[in-house]
Amino acid sequence: MGNNKLKQTPSQTVGPYFSYGLTPEQGGYDFKSITSPILVKKDTLGEHIILQGHIYDGNGDIIPDAMIEIYQADHQGKYISKEIPPSDDVFTGFGRCDCETNSNFCFKTIKPGSIGDGHAPHINMVIFMRGLLSHAYSRVYFSDEMDANHNDNVLNNVPSDRRATLIAKRTENENGDIIYQFDLNMQGINETVFFDV
Amino acid sequence: MSHNERDWSVHPPYIYPEYKSTILRGPKKPLIAIEHSLSELTIPAFGHGQMQEFDNDLTINGRATNGQMVGEPLGERIQVSGRILDEYGRPQVGILVEIWQANAAGRYIHKSDQHHAPIDPNFFGGGRCVSDENGRYSFMSIKPGAYPWGNHHNAWRPNHIHFSLFGMSFASRLVTQMYFPGDPLLALDPIYNATNDQAARTSLIAKFSEEYCIPDLALGYEFDIILRGPMATPMEV
Ligand SMILES: [Fe+3]
Repeated sequence: MGNNKLKQTPSQTVGPYFSYGLTPEQGGYDFKSITSPILVKKDTLGEHIILQGHIYDGNGDIIPDAMIEIYQADHQGKYISKEIPPSDDVFTGFGRCDCETNSNFCFKTIKPGSIGDGHAPHINMVIFMRGLLSHAYSRVYFSDEMDANHNDNVLNNVPSDRRATLIAKRTENENGDIIYQFDLNMQGINETVFFDV
Repeated sequence: MSHNERDWSVHPPYIYPEYKSTILRGPKKPLIAIEHSLSELTIPAFGHGQMQEFDNDLTINGRATNGQMVGEPLGERIQVSGRILDEYGRPQVGILVEIWQANAAGRYIHKSDQHHAPIDPNFFGGGRCVSDENGRYSFMSIKPGAYPWGNHHNAWRPNHIHFSLFGMSFASRLVTQMYFPGDPLLALDPIYNATNDQAARTSLIAKFSEEYCIPDLALGYEFDIILRGPMATPMEV
């Protein structure tokens, strides 16, 4: 069986010029986007949150030419996967943000529910950028879910001194919006945990 | 359902010093293993059924129409087509394929591309489609030009088209680049050469295909893409 297995097509960097192809509306290009950094409508069920952050390189400088995708369950912990026909009023749990616009990423979404025992609420994240030859997978957990985080199978598999890199800090802004701040460090002592998904 | 591993013998490393930007941007600590759950094994519902007419025809979807005469894009017309398969050769159906590329002169429409090659007012350079029941996708486009970049003295990217794909799960996500046969710049390109395995690297080069040529219109190139997928059960192989 191993002999006739085909080799996966190698990954290549997204490069610096992806915006007009992958996030055209956000970048101000005249081409329809298939997704956006705003995952919610006014009446989407669940707690509305803003997930935002910067990405830093090994010198601690902000990386502007990056793209982040998130994928998450709804407020009840259910994934709306491809099997369910999408429609405009369904919360799909998928979003994409081009960091170029403000040198950061900023998603409007909801806080997901737990997908089951041993799973704390989390958002899956994929990071792409110029200079990253293979995309990187990470996860966002929530600072106000410490009990659930303690019982999360994935977090418990991460060395304890690195777990903090996966926890977004909850704050509130002057408008009363719930903000989760999640900064990523590509390198350094606080290098974000990336998974071999 | 268990998934095949991400095959690090074909995917390039995070740090590849010949490609300078990797030095400060590639993660240095080892990746942490993860037990797959629905988070990794499902795929979002989006983009399917959202295709618009001409989304996969880059020779039409970017023509200037703002009150000006509609013109043809400059360059050599090409049809790029191929099959999306998993590692066992099973066609991957309903896969969203997004592409973006430079115009025939090697210039991107992107606002920060400062290369002083001309913009083509009739070429945008972005497109998308969904693979059919045989895993096949197809684009009409223009052969992209080479362009200079700042990596080293006389660094020029070989002609290429950027590809983004969603497979049957979030774990199958792939962003890659397709190259053209016979390009002398390939041997000098650190991005292409970051894939250490020669056969895997060569798989990024499309094949010229007489079958996909369109008489009196376009040259044909065939580019198959192999995505990670669920492990085959012994019955299936
Ligand atoms: Fe490029």
